[in-house]
Amino acid sequence: MPLDAKPGMDFKVIGTRPVRPDGIDKVTGRARFGADFNMPGQLTGRVLRSPHAHARVKSIDVSQALKLQGVKAVVTRDDFNADAVDPALMDVLVNVMARDKVLYEGHAVAAVAAVDAPTARQALKLIKVDYEILPHVTDVEEAMKPSAPVLHADMFTDGVEPRPTKASNIASRVEFGHGDVEAGFQQADVIVEREFRTEAAHQGYIEPHAVVASMGADGYAEMWCCTQGHFMVRNISAHLNGVDVSKLRVTASEIGGGFGGKTTVFLEPVALALSRKANRPVKLVMTRDEVFRASGPTSSSYVKVKIGAKKDGTITGAYAELAYQGGAFRGSPVDMGAMCTYACYDLKNVQVVGYDVVVNRPKQAAYRAPGAPQAAFGVESVIDELAQKLGMDPIDLRLKNAARDGTKSSYGPTFGPNGLIQTLEAAKNHPNYKVKLGPHQGRGVAVGFWFNFGGQTAVSMNVNIDGSIALAVGTPDIGGSRASMGLMAAEELGIAYDKVRTIVADTASLGFNDVTEGSRVTFSSGLATVQAARDAIKKMCGRAAQMWGIPEDAVEWKDGHAHPAGANAGNFPPMSLADIAKDAGNTGGPIAGHCEVNAEGAGISFATHLVDVEVDPQTGRTQVLRYTVIQDAGKAIHPTYVEGQYQGGAAQGVGWALNEEYIYGKDGRLQNAGFLDYRIPVCSDLPMIDTVIIEVPNPGHPYGVRGVGETGIVPPLGAVGNAVSHACGHRMTVVPMSPPRSLKAIKG
Amino acid sequence: MRYETPATIEAAVGLIAAETGIARVLSGGTDLLVQLKAGMIEPDLVVDLKRIAATREITAEAGGFRIGSAVSAASLREHKALRAAWPGIIEGLKLIGSTQVQGRATLTGNLCNASPAADSVPCLVAAGASARIVGPSGKRDIPVQDVPAGPGRTNLAKGELVESIFIPAAAAHTGSCYLRFTPRTEMDIAVVSAGVSVTLDASGTCTAACIVLGAVAARVTIAEEAAKAIIGTKVDEAALAKMQAAASAAATPIDDKRGTKEFRIEVAGVLARRAVEKALERARGK
Ligand SMILES: Cc1cc2nc3c(=O)[nH]c(=O)nc-3n(C[C@H](O)[C@H](O)[C@H](O)COP(=O)(O)OP(=O)(O)OC[C@H]3O[C@@H](n4cnc5c(N)ncnc54)[C@H](O)[C@@H]3O)c2cc1C
Repeated sequence: MPLDAKPGMDFKVIGTRPVRPDGIDKVTGRARFGADFNMPGQLTGRVLRSPHAHARVKSIDVSQALKLQGVKAVVTRDDFNADAVDPALMDVLVNVMARDKVLYEGHAVAAVAAVDAPTARQALKLIKVDYEILPHVTDVEEAMKPSAPVLHADMFTDGVEPRPTKASNIASRVEFGHGDVEAGFQQADVIVEREFRTEAAHQGYIEPHAVVASMGADGYAEMWCCTQGHFMVRNISAHLNGVDVSKLRVTASEIGGGFGGKTTVFLEPVALALSRKANRPVKLVMTRDEVFRASGPTSSSYVKVKIGAKKDGTITGAYAELAYQGGAFRGSPVDMGAMCTYACYDLKNVQVVGYDVVVNRPKQAAYRAPGAPQAAFGVESVIDELAQKLGMDPIDLRLKNAARDGTKSSYGPTFGPNGLIQTLEAAKNHPNYKVKLGPHQGRGVAVGFWFNFGGQTAVSMNVNIDGSIALAVGTPDIGGSRASMGLMAAEELGIAYDKVRTIVADTASLGFNDVTEGSRVTFSSGLATVQAARDAIKKMCGRAAQMWGIPEDAVEWKDGHAHPAGANAGNFPPMSLADIAKDAGNTGGPIAGHCEVNAEGAGISFATHLVDVEVDPQTGRTQVLRYTVIQDAGKAIHPTYVEGQYQGGAAQGVGWALNEEYIYGKDGRLQNAGFLDYRIPVCSDLPMIDTVIIEVPNPGHPYGVRGVGETGIVPPLGAVGNAVSHACGHRMTVVPMSPPRSLKAIKG
Repeated sequence: MRYETPATIEAAVGLIAAETGIARVLSGGTDLLVQLKAGMIEPDLVVDLKRIAATREITAEAGGFRIGSAVSAASLREHKALRAAWPGIIEGLKLIGSTQVQGRATLTGNLCNASPAADSVPCLVAAGASARIVGPSGKRDIPVQDVPAGPGRTNLAKGELVESIFIPAAAAHTGSCYLRFTPRTEMDIAVVSAGVSVTLDASGTCTAACIVLGAVAARVTIAEEAAKAIIGTKVDEAALAKMQAAASAAATPIDDKRGTKEFRIEVAGVLARRAVEKALERARGK
């Protein structure tokens, strides 16, 4: 599909910073989030969850619960027909409702719908589950040992030749790279090799999962929920319940954060099953405790990195080995981690091997650039150590080896134009790189990469009678994207931003849209919005042509008006969009623009982060003094929300680097399922995060947009790790670098 | 669950003494309501003390302060004389939650919740505070450190409640300080803490000291050897070093999700020293 870049790129509204459509509602409390939806006659649902990390479910007796007054329905594994489920969705089914085994503490085993919450809670206590407790494993390295308890008797490592005959917890092995790493290491003057470990972090979205499902007696259903992808929720919930997709209509609520964690289903298919059985609307809302135990945190990891370089800094060989646990099911993001490991570097000899491992923990879900931060922690730490050994500035060492336009990436494709070099140069020239450090302070640098994604997208744009625009997109807005769509529509149509109202339409009102993930929305829905606007413009030019009695191609669109294309076309005064809209009823009926597309050409995005920290030498506590994010946005449609993504990624990365971690007891149970002991940073833990937006246009988008949502969380683990290492005089290799770990490192 | 708001202490005692199920007293509710909502406790009766006028008063007594059980942390922070006499107690209160939480939270609730990490308790102990307990068989005064029995448990008998807390006058040249260690800057719970009180004579020799550690045992720990290390000295470097080591030695923490044993022992000494240094500064300034 040819995409004409806007000539000269002299934007009128793109790059301005208007208020977002949802802004006032959110600060006044009028916005409706998942748990704010209620229906007449609605029941309260609650989920019974496994107290065991690993057990066989011998029987489930719900008879006493059903006898309790006020209980309207109970569902268990028996209410889902596994035989009719697409094998590709089997793990999703097993995760939302356990079948023969519970695979982690918090795994759902039954759900009830009752007239109120106390009755529902009481009913859960009356359900008798007979468990046969099995040995468990929660640590990724332990799970890989031959002696580890095996979660799935039918798991034989994929990607290994010959195929293993013994079942194990290693779901698959992946490998990427090119050249000959051994030969590369032979040419090296200096080699650094180290092992790293990162603990699992949770996305920490403030809004817990929530859904209301209502199925009528005719089998048609509606659902309201907080999700990053209501089309995905519709398709999966309908399928797992054996319902036609057309019989379920899903509306996405406002969303209180997702960060990847709401790109899958947890409660929704269960709510639908309960509603069907009770014949009443059913609402399910997770507690924070359930969010931690039963939604999807990211992987914990083991990462080994070996890099060799010549005295002048040229990297001659780079190797890495990654093992990521994805919770109790295959599908950790180790493949993406392996692809990203060395994406920032232009390398002759590179090899990355990854293992996808299952353990008795909740099924991981995407978290901002899934898989990349863990690998980057290892690589960026080793690069930093190499710079120390070579006596080079860490930015210079990266500049020497940085990926450029034309670099063959370590995972295969050859990169097009990108902004890595520009981010490094901007970092080097940034005033924050020149501040003098005091005692116990350290500075860290790291770079990061994320692919970004396009995907299936449908947009509909209605030209209203008064010349205002109703723009419907199908991608839930998790970072201000409605404002960006409005800006792109206004730019293309040549009208004011406040004439466009962007909404997220329900699943019955638009064609299929992929989930809001992969930093895809401003790129894909933006591209579709521009295309839909061009479609509407073409139609409006047609209407003008009709009114003027000239051929359609003799009309052109400029500054929000139809104009005769030249002197030969006739001498008609320009007609505004509003003029054309007003007469639409007489010129052929409603005017609308559409675009249905599988968007390709999402541009990669690189970033460089700088951070200064101070570590208290007597307590090991780290305070972040200054933080700078420099990233390529291609084109910042709404710069404030681009900066917000940069700052948000850095803030989450700092939290993960310093304090956030899933802590398991020997019993396989999570010990810190709450925000008191799972420590995300509070405002006063962070300095104002400085940002620099680099704009190297992405040729795949009409305005040059690249996704910006995810790259920002890739460098922080390495950047903070390097800064803390310099401040303590000891190389940090475990994330989080919590005070006990840092103090131990300082004390030696 | 019944919720009662009696108008007198006697009525409150009568209600909780008569309850055959589980009775809970509510002051600010910032612990109790959280526990209720989380389903950690399911009381049959909740007795709210805030309607009893006397529980909301701070009165002068023998040069010190008698603090009604429902007085909020925010009111205490605004009390000039208390702030001047015992800055360490105020420092503990200032750390509790947020401005909103402090509008409700009380000293008595912090004490009776019996968390080893309670922020106002170490300095209350260092100040020599006592709790006045009323019950069906009358009133008694006990040192505040004897109210908690262990995490989440108190030594109060059936039908008893804390009516007030008495904080004695501070002797001349007394300084106090409270410090806690948390990974975050705020909205966190003490991994280790130290509340200290130090009294000097006119020549600068330490005549009395009390060094109290929080979150390193099931209850607050009074580090007597640490206090002895500075009493009778000019609190010089040697005495401070001895005090720090003694404070670490007094700590008997466990490994848990909030920190390792090793870390808490080390940091207990560090905080005790930093708190004593600050308290000394205050004592010398008086
Ligand atoms: C967001 C948040 C942050 C917090 N941060 C901190 C912190 O940083 N540091 C800290 O120490 N605490 C913190 N807390 C805990 C809590 O605020 C304090 O412990 C507070 O001092 C409790 O006082 P209260 O009056 O609200 O107690 P309540 O909740 O009313 O009572 C607490 C307990 O004491 C019992 N009780 C209350 N009054 C009496 C009485 N008169 N006689 C006998 N028993 C009684 C109750 O039955 C209950 O068991 C925090 C709480 C929240 C919600």
